[in-house]
Amino acid sequence: MNLAITLATAGRILAQLRHDRRTLALLVGVPSVLMILLRYVIDDPAAFNRLGPTLLGIFPFVVMFMVTSITTQRERATGTLERLMAGPLGKFDLLLGYAIAFGVVAAAQVTVVLALSLTWLGLDLAGSVWTLVLVAVLDSLLGMALGLFFSAFARTEFQAVQFMPAVVLPQSLLCGLIVPRDTMATWLEWLSDVMPLSYAVEAMQETARTGDFTGVLTRDVLVVGGCTVLSLVLGAATLRRRTP
Amino acid sequence: MMNLSGPAIAVRDLRVSRGGTEVLHGLTFEVPRGQVTGLLGPSGCGKTTLIRAIVGVQIVASGEVTVLGEPAGSPALRRKIGYSTQSAAIYRDLTVLENLRYFAAVLGAAKGDAERVIEEVGLTGARKQLGGALSGGQLSRASLAVALLGSPELLVLDEPTVGLDPVLRQDLWRLFQSLAERGVTLIVSSHVMDEAARCHRLIMLRDGEILADDSPEGLREHAGTTDLEEAFLRLIEEKAERVR
Ligand SMILES: Nc1ncnc2c1ncn2[C@@H]1O[C@H](COP(=O)(O)OP(=O)(O)OP(=O)(O)O)[C@@H](O)[C@H]1O
Ligand SMILES: [Mg+2]
Repeated sequence: MNLAITLATAGRILAQLRHDRRTLALLVGVPSVLMILLRYVIDDPAAFNRLGPTLLGIFPFVVMFMVTSITTQRERATGTLERLMAGPLGKFDLLLGYAIAFGVVAAAQVTVVLALSLTWLGLDLAGSVWTLVLVAVLDSLLGMALGLFFSAFARTEFQAVQFMPAVVLPQSLLCGLIVPRDTMATWLEWLSDVMPLSYAVEAMQETARTGDFTGVLTRDVLVVGGCTVLSLVLGAATLRRRTP
Repeated sequence: MMNLSGPAIAVRDLRVSRGGTEVLHGLTFEVPRGQVTGLLGPSGCGKTTLIRAIVGVQIVASGEVTVLGEPAGSPALRRKIGYSTQSAAIYRDLTVLENLRYFAAVLGAAKGDAERVIEEVGLTGARKQLGGALSGGQLSRASLAVALLGSPELLVLDEPTVGLDPVLRQDLWRLFQSLAERGVTLIVSSHVMDEAARCHRLIMLRDGEILADDSPEGLREHAGTTDLEEAFLRLIEEKAERVR
């Protein structure tokens, strides 16, 4: 572990994004537009209050999963990863560099969507905005770590993109977005219970519902944080200094 | 400045398999310090594989590779080796200067080092250009520049002069020779025979075996010709006859 290398890596990733204005615009703009669409498609403030936070839990996860899996796949393909692995950079320097950079992007993304939702779209938030931002950032780091892990199994960018629906859609279907989790068939509820996104979404809903830092919320934050750390460790295991 | 006892690289009975077939069949050789050693041979003969084994990023089946007195891939070597991969390992969405500043930060090199190496490879005019906007030759020079960062004791360059015009090639070979005069060991792969004449020592590979390991003069003498290309072809014939 080397702080200078970690920070240089985070700075490098942010610089890459800075040169790619369109991606940056999409990262922040798409969730905002989707939120606006959701608000007017539902056209019912009470239902929007239930679904809005759910979506806030899903966006950062999906976006960061996708961005990370493609970015790391690209690092493998262009040989920059091989170059880094031949040098003094540690695996966790790279992972934390990614985490810091994408954490910053996720925070920006959530801030914009949240500002929009709380003002124009009239989302009613009982809890603290900061809890929401914290959960969103954790959530995006979870997406990032899983993206990193799965990118190791993608040989091409095309395959990396295909992992998105494979990993993300089942979690989105079962996280309570479409049907509340406790009304699903038992086996589906079990599946939903072992999917980290379910807890991220629950934490968002909990924050929207009540001003207290409830036991459920604490548990959710711990589960999401724990899964993030676990995925980062798994991600580190897929980074190899020697390859075939 | 450096430990001058023993060879820079010592390889003993190195065997490497890739994609299920053995591609290096028990290589044994040494590379002296402070010289330019050329690694020559036809496409697919195993140059890149051997280079990767020396740098310590290739999984090897058996044998020993000792670099600067340490087993290849040891953490202590990671700051001492400058490595340039065959395809340019450069971030396409960063400028030349940003690329070099990042790799310099990873190596802990001095701040002005990025500018120094950009000048050494003649990219000063293109330093603000994105990697993706460089010509093929500029891109490979940018990648070479990364290997020159810091003060590596050993430079491992995989086809650094491919696609460059004669003037640029001349400049780069002068740079390589001046580095060797300062005590740096260089190992440079190529399949251009006129570059072979500029090396102190040549290792000729064919189908994963060493065909010759000699000085250019020694090779010419052995084959009874002044032309290295001719000498290489004679060596191949000689070997074929011996097998028969
Ligand atoms: N990733 C890989 N998986 C399987 N086989 C591989 C892989 N990379 C290389 N090979 C095989 O290993 C052998 C040696 O390849 P290598 O890249 O070392 O050749 P090379 O001498 O560098 O060729 P070139 O001059 O074209 O760069 C070749 O037969 C090649 O097909
Ligand atoms: Mg090669």
